[in-house]
Amino acid sequence: MTEPYELTAWQSVEYMQKQELSARELVDSVLSRIDQVEGKIHAYHTVMRERAETTASQIDARRASGDDLPPWAGVPIAIKDNICLRDFTTTCSSKMLENFIPPYDASVVTKINAAGLIPIGKTNMDEFAMGSSTENSAFGRTCNPWDLTRVPGGSSGGSTAAVSADETILAIGSDTGGSIRQPAAFCSVTGFKPTYGRISRYGLVAFASSLDQIGPITKDAKDAAGLLNILAGHDPCDSTSINQPVPDYLAALTGDVKGIRLGIPKEYFIEGINAEVKETVEQAAKVYEQLGASCVEISLPHTEYAIATYYMICTAEASSNLARYDGVVYGYRCEQQNNIVDMYCKTRSEGFGPEVKRRIMLGTYVLSAGFYDAYYRRAQKIRTLIQQDFDAAFQSVDAVLCPATPSPPFKAGEKVDDPLEMYLSDVFTAPLNLAGLPGIAIPGGFSADGLPIGIQLIGPALCESILLNLSYSFQLETDYHKKKPVL
Amino acid sequence: MSIDREEVKHIALLSRLELSEEEVDLYTGHLDGILNYVEKLKSIDVSHVEPMSHAIPMFNVLREDEIQPSLSSHEALENAPDREFPYFRVPRVTE
Repeated sequence: MTEPYELTAWQSVEYMQKQELSARELVDSVLSRIDQVEGKIHAYHTVMRERAETTASQIDARRASGDDLPPWAGVPIAIKDNICLRDFTTTCSSKMLENFIPPYDASVVTKINAAGLIPIGKTNMDEFAMGSSTENSAFGRTCNPWDLTRVPGGSSGGSTAAVSADETILAIGSDTGGSIRQPAAFCSVTGFKPTYGRISRYGLVAFASSLDQIGPITKDAKDAAGLLNILAGHDPCDSTSINQPVPDYLAALTGDVKGIRLGIPKEYFIEGINAEVKETVEQAAKVYEQLGASCVEISLPHTEYAIATYYMICTAEASSNLARYDGVVYGYRCEQQNNIVDMYCKTRSEGFGPEVKRRIMLGTYVLSAGFYDAYYRRAQKIRTLIQQDFDAAFQSVDAVLCPATPSPPFKAGEKVDDPLEMYLSDVFTAPLNLAGLPGIAIPGGFSADGLPIGIQLIGPALCESILLNLSYSFQLETDYHKKKPVL
Repeated sequence: MSIDREEVKHIALLSRLELSEEEVDLYTGHLDGILNYVEKLKSIDVSHVEPMSHAIPMFNVLREDEIQPSLSSHEALENAPDREFPYFRVPRVTE
């Protein structure tokens, strides 16, 4: 056997069921890998060493005594630090929440615990999930395992870097405008944003509530299907979660994509797209055609308006959601204050980083009297047009195949002084958040310099199964997802 | 210019953020750049389009009004920066 930390979830489960590997051995192996490479990567904010060791030993004892355990019991999972897990800090990589210890578990954490998965740590992120590079963390940036001078993407860059560097077996992140898929593409892992509402948001610290969605970050599509089986479903604690039956996503993995119609949107291949990214998508289309799928050009005419629309809507929602950080009920409070308003202002100015302040102000501006109709209301209408583009496309195709990012991972520091340039790195991922649709990014190849390039598949609402099967089929034919960074 | 320094100061006040003069300059530049980019939205005719606030249509999600377990006062106060059980303590609000 290779080192246990290199295994996928399914592989590790197989070894554990054959009793060739214990949960404790697996956890110890992952922890030793963290000791070995975390100094270079900085994927984690908190490593939950003792809790993980104790939980693993308990699982082994139960297995030894013949208890009927859930199938994935004992598999380590990393959790983005904007998802509440009782008794450990949930910081959102912000000074504002540096010492915040949630008194409850997010619904996904409850499900993770019930499934016997072992939370191994809380991962670094862009502050309050605002960013595309994991450089906006109050606790230092995360490095891309494939090239430490480059960013891992963001905002779930800690989770994707941890999976890529084998510092965990599984991870979860959150995706508001691409925060799972863009870093998954940059780190050469599988990152899946399900349909809005498919997974409960209860216990996910809110950024933009009409867009936020939790999803799996894994070493391959089969693990993503298994993890989605655990996470998906209606939750009475989240009134926006979808109350519809959850299929068995694993059963969808047939490896057969014959007759599936893939649409390639022509608007995703104009100006500014990197030539190697374009080639990677064209190569992926050939793979699908060889497998019996068909690829046709489609049009999503409002694509060029998506980023502007997205940043109007997400900042408006953020300005409202982040009004709660006032230094009263939880989180940071400034040291000195003259009166209550002074306390609010100092607390927020000292507690939030620059990108969070920028977005709060932008959102406040677009919602303010005199500008509401011109900016926010107009963006909501264009959001309708963007959703209609996808609806029309799905009349003639089963899924969309497109790039995940306009370029391979960029250098740390390259875009930090130009927020608009940073925003444009979400150009291919944000449209489907606006439409509420599921999308998955999977490894599609590498640049001549050896940098990861991802491809993205987008499906109609609640059609997660087709995306997982398309990804699984691609991964049966290719081995990009098996390549590991040298650390 | 889509936005000037005075407007940025006003927005900061509404957002309950205190900015230094340097920060006002910095954010004026950034916000102006972003708003200029957003101008492109004005080229689309949206007069007959309904606005969307939520991607999945859902209305009036209701449940029975039953008492369910919730956080104790102790747990709810645990993270407060300043507290005096069973209250959150804040600077004096009235004169």
